[in-house]
Amino acid sequence: MTSPYVPAEALILDRIQESKSIFTLRLQLTDPVRREAFRFEPGQFNMLYLYGVGEIPISISSDPHDPETLGHTIRAVGRISQGLSTLEPGQRLGIRGPYGRPWPLQAAEGHDVLVVTGGLGCAPVVAVINYVLLRREHYGRLIIIQGVKHSEDLIWRDRYAYWSTLPNTQVLLASDHGGPIWPWHVGRVTDVFDDARINPDHCFAMMCGPEGMMRAGIKNLTQRGVPEDHIYLSMERNMQCAVGHCGHCQYGASFLCRQGPIYAYPAIKPLFRTRGF
Amino acid sequence: MADAVPGFLPRAALQHLIDALIAAGYRCLGPQERDGAILYDRLTSVTQLPLGRHDRQAPGHYRLEASADPRWFAWANGPQALKPLLFAPTEPLWKVTREADGVMHFSEQAVPAEPTAVIGVRACDLAALALQDAHFMAPPHADAHYMARRANLFLVAVNCTHPADTCFCVSTGDGPNATTGYDIDLSELEDGFLIQAGSDEGRQILASLPLVPASTRQIALAQSQTDKAIAAQSRSLPGHNLRAALFANLEHPRWQEVADRCLSCGNCTSVCPTCFCSSHNEVPDLSGTSSEHVREWSSCFTLDHSYMHGYVVRPDTRTRYRQWLTHKLGSWHEQYGRSGCVGCGRCVSWCPAGIDITEEATAICGGGQHD
Ligand code: SF4
Ligand code: FES
Repeated sequence: MTSPYVPAEALILDRIQESKSIFTLRLQLTDPVRREAFRFEPGQFNMLYLYGVGEIPISISSDPHDPETLGHTIRAVGRISQGLSTLEPGQRLGIRGPYGRPWPLQAAEGHDVLVVTGGLGCAPVVAVINYVLLRREHYGRLIIIQGVKHSEDLIWRDRYAYWSTLPNTQVLLASDHGGPIWPWHVGRVTDVFDDARINPDHCFAMMCGPEGMMRAGIKNLTQRGVPEDHIYLSMERNMQCAVGHCGHCQYGASFLCRQGPIYAYPAIKPLFRTRGF
Repeated sequence: MADAVPGFLPRAALQHLIDALIAAGYRCLGPQERDGAILYDRLTSVTQLPLGRHDRQAPGHYRLEASADPRWFAWANGPQALKPLLFAPTEPLWKVTREADGVMHFSEQAVPAEPTAVIGVRACDLAALALQDAHFMAPPHADAHYMARRANLFLVAVNCTHPADTCFCVSTGDGPNATTGYDIDLSELEDGFLIQAGSDEGRQILASLPLVPASTRQIALAQSQTDKAIAAQSRSLPGHNLRAALFANLEHPRWQEVADRCLSCGNCTSVCPTCFCSSHNEVPDLSGTSSEHVREWSSCFTLDHSYMHGYVVRPDTRTRYRQWLTHKLGSWHEQYGRSGCVGCGRCVSWCPAGIDITEEATAICGGGQHD
């Protein structure tokens, strides 16, 4: 029997510095058999292994049509992610995955898609934005809402600017603290929800970011009539194993690594109001 | 699954059982006194068993006492259950070597698979084992290390005649008698054992032993011991399924009260036979050319357990104790179809602060029986 814990080697094809602390690694499994067999859906994650240091879960940010090249956008904050940030193209790391449940992108076909992010945790939903833009005719309006604390926290500024020029696409940005070159809303991200041109009966919301922001977002959306089971959240917890054994990712009875990290809101609603789970 | 009429194994013949297991190729483990507690260790002779030992247990308290009792199994339990034999406290899962050009080779850690027989397994430990099985052996990611050890395990249960004051297996429905999950089950009488097989492997071992059919008197004697063991238990949980009651009381003031007493040491989780949390740690070798990925038991009472890049989900003891109890007695029902508590009482005895799970659960769930 083969162990579910053993990573496979991957080569770094590319490294892109997205902001001061955020970078993207484009990876390729070195074993051709594994590489060809690898399939994933947006929202799923891999465990990335830094030699001699350990593993962390990172959402796959590239498009599933090319599963041989795997993009991972990472914020250098901890021991492992900081170590990963020093790696260069041509160097190697370990990968195992993909794990977890994806965004409901098939169910959302034919609907408006509202993407909400806050803080710096936007990588999982960028996969959604890119996925929808590549398959534009399958979806209704695309509304992108992003909230940050400080204007300089916004990464991919030019991408947001570009997205806002696309047809059938609305970009709403808010920063708690504005800045000299902040043309968007200054204030809480929930303020801009009211400007989102969605059809509440015909939309899927996909959110990612601090839980407080998501709580506020859910409140606003449900008040506007978006059904709870059309609101999806990407959750985060400590993960050691990614296969349902280590217990660290539990959220009530749910194991994030298996039943998450993407949840329909009703699945986690009973606990979502209480801190500490 | 047990055979209808038990056999009787005279006291003097227990050594035959050990010998038969060893002859069948098992490494035999059995209860022995070590540093003032009963632990499972390599067993080759009945003389190693804790003859006449009773265990006195109370919240925050465990002590072995000598007695003239001629029994070998006249105690309840020690700090270990079967858990460390299957889910190792620490074990390497895989190893990676790295060449000078950076190429890495990952290799799975060989899985140890020595046939092991354990004598003296308690009913609560069998119940806990079934829960660990459900956790570690579920597809699609069954744990190869656990599975290999589990497949090589032979279990000789001994029904409890002397529950400790901390035991409440009657209230969880898991004891004092073993009813399933064993290869051989023993009931200890003063002059010998009622013995039954619960599996084909067990039947084969039994066939090699000098058994006579148990008499009605012996069967009645064993029954009255069981009745006494049941009557002796004074602690209980306020119901089999406390999920709803616990989650309806997430802001109960008792969580803070217990947190004021709890040291957040995690002793309860390490002696708990069903707790399954682990951390993965990296142990690089000094030359820098290889590294081992090691799994170690961990506890929801630690800061690290809920750490995520610069943020801790459960920064205080209140939320950690609540996590532990709502999981153990609540979420387990959704995860594995029953409570995660088997009533062994270890968390009560081995808690340095003497915190009693039955008392806390009763206080938080409110009066009355919740079923
Ligand atoms: S309940 Fe007792 S054993 Fe458990 S963490 Fe608190 S002090 Fe330690
Ligand atoms: S990450 Fe280990 S159980 Fe989910």
